Amino acid sequence: MYFDYANILVYLLVAAGFILGSLIVGRVVRRQRPDPEKLATYECGEETIGTAWIQFNVRFYIIALIFLIFDVEIAVLFPWTTVFRQAGLLAFIEMGVFLAILGVGFAYVWAKGDLEWLKSLGEVRTEPSREGR
Amino acid sequence: MNIWDLAKIVFVIALVLQGVPVLVWLERKISASIQGRIGPNRTAVLGLKAAGFFQPVADAVKLLFKEDVTPGAADRFLYQLAPLFVFVPPLLVFTVIPFGNRIGEEHLQVANLPIGVLFVMSVLSLGVYGVAFGGWASNNKYSLLGGLRASAQLISYELTLGLSIITIILMAGTVDMREIVARQTRSAFLSWNLFGGGNLLLLPSGLVAGLVFYVAALAENNRLPFDLPECEAELVAGYHTEYSSMKFAMYFMAEYAAMITMSALFVTLFLGGWHFPGLVDPADTSWIGGLLSHGVFVAKMGAVIALYIWIRWTLPRFRYDQLMRLGWKVLLPIALVNLLVIAVIGVAWGER
Repeated sequence: MYFDYANILVYLLVAAGFILGSLIVGRVVRRQRPDPEKLATYECGEETIGTAWIQFNVRFYIIALIFLIFDVEIAVLFPWTTVFRQAGLLAFIEMGVFLAILGVGFAYVWAKGDLEWLKSLGEVRTEPSREGR
Repeated sequence: MNIWDLAKIVFVIALVLQGVPVLVWLERKISASIQGRIGPNRTAVLGLKAAGFFQPVADAVKLLFKEDVTPGAADRFLYQLAPLFVFVPPLLVFTVIPFGNRIGEEHLQVANLPIGVLFVMSVLSLGVYGVAFGGWASNNKYSLLGGLRASAQLISYELTLGLSIITIILMAGTVDMREIVARQTRSAFLSWNLFGGGNLLLLPSGLVAGLVFYVAALAENNRLPFDLPECEAELVAGYHTEYSSMKFAMYFMAEYAAMITMSALFVTLFLGGWHFPGLVDPADTSWIGGLLSHGVFVAKMGAVIALYIWIRWTLPRFRYDQLMRLGWKVLLPIALVNLLVIAVIGVAWGER
């Protein structure tokens, strides 16, 4: 069994060696003539203003948080699936409880609108307008 | 580690790497025929045109000789590291995939880990680092947006992918890849996991899991209805906008290598791996039987990839909010319910 892990290590080394090798071959065979214009950040011909390392939409962060919870769930499900045949009903009930708790969290996130990508940032009018009809 | 292991390692790496130009050529030819064009037909080696088959080779040689520009504002270390991170995971996943039956006592698989599927999941999720590093390190607004979109998309669809894989493990009762394939060779088509793995009650669940996996695989590979990270109309080229020369080639090849790996995974988990009823005999361990089983495996992969290409040139692109809604509000609940259905059937009917 441990020989299998050794195989994977050798495989990894060969694969990484190929990638590094082709990068090095490329470096040897081509010419390198950098100039300031060439090294400028590409922005469709416009002069770049500032850096790109800015604050970005917090929505990406929320998605990552929700992902983390579900990913842990999948990691917990893996051992469960392998013993499911032997443990039978008991394992099923336990996992049902686990999934139910998770389901409540999912429903909460859903109801709160965090899965919605398009969200109004300004004031939302609660009163329906009559004139529009 | 003997000579066989080494031969298999070299063979698998070569299989994926030479699969890339074939796939590029196939994609360009199929897309051309869908759009009523001719496609690449000019490149020739020693006067042999072979319907433009050498076009990807010419592209690779061209890229090798291009100047490699590292933008002055970039984070140099991560910028150099990212192509490695994006290329290694799809190659590494192939170690645990059985690409044929066996020849003599030698199984056609580089490494049979007892944690096979878990290994696949963990290595596949490494791919997001390459994309996020590349997008951030370039210090370019297009790259940053592309990288962010790509990471959010990858992690969202990874959940669906993982849940449908768990469905398969529940059917098979093991995470050992070789065992998963062996269980699908017991009878004819109905023992494939796509059709319920031999249990007719699980037939609908198998089909649903297969469909969900396929859609999630499209999204994981940034293929066309879901190629928002690099939609050229808005983001130039997404996270690899600033990459040139061989580093760009790495991103390009990684994309196709990921397609090959994902289709191999689909074939292994759902379509019975190297098995084809009436054509491959699981008990046949001769050279001919082994090579035939490998041929069947490659043919199935080709069919799955052809469907990929067909979908790409048929469907329009999603909007980003539609993509997120599909991932979180449609596919994820479907996958969860499907998992519960299989668990209930498993408990109600017990050991099959």
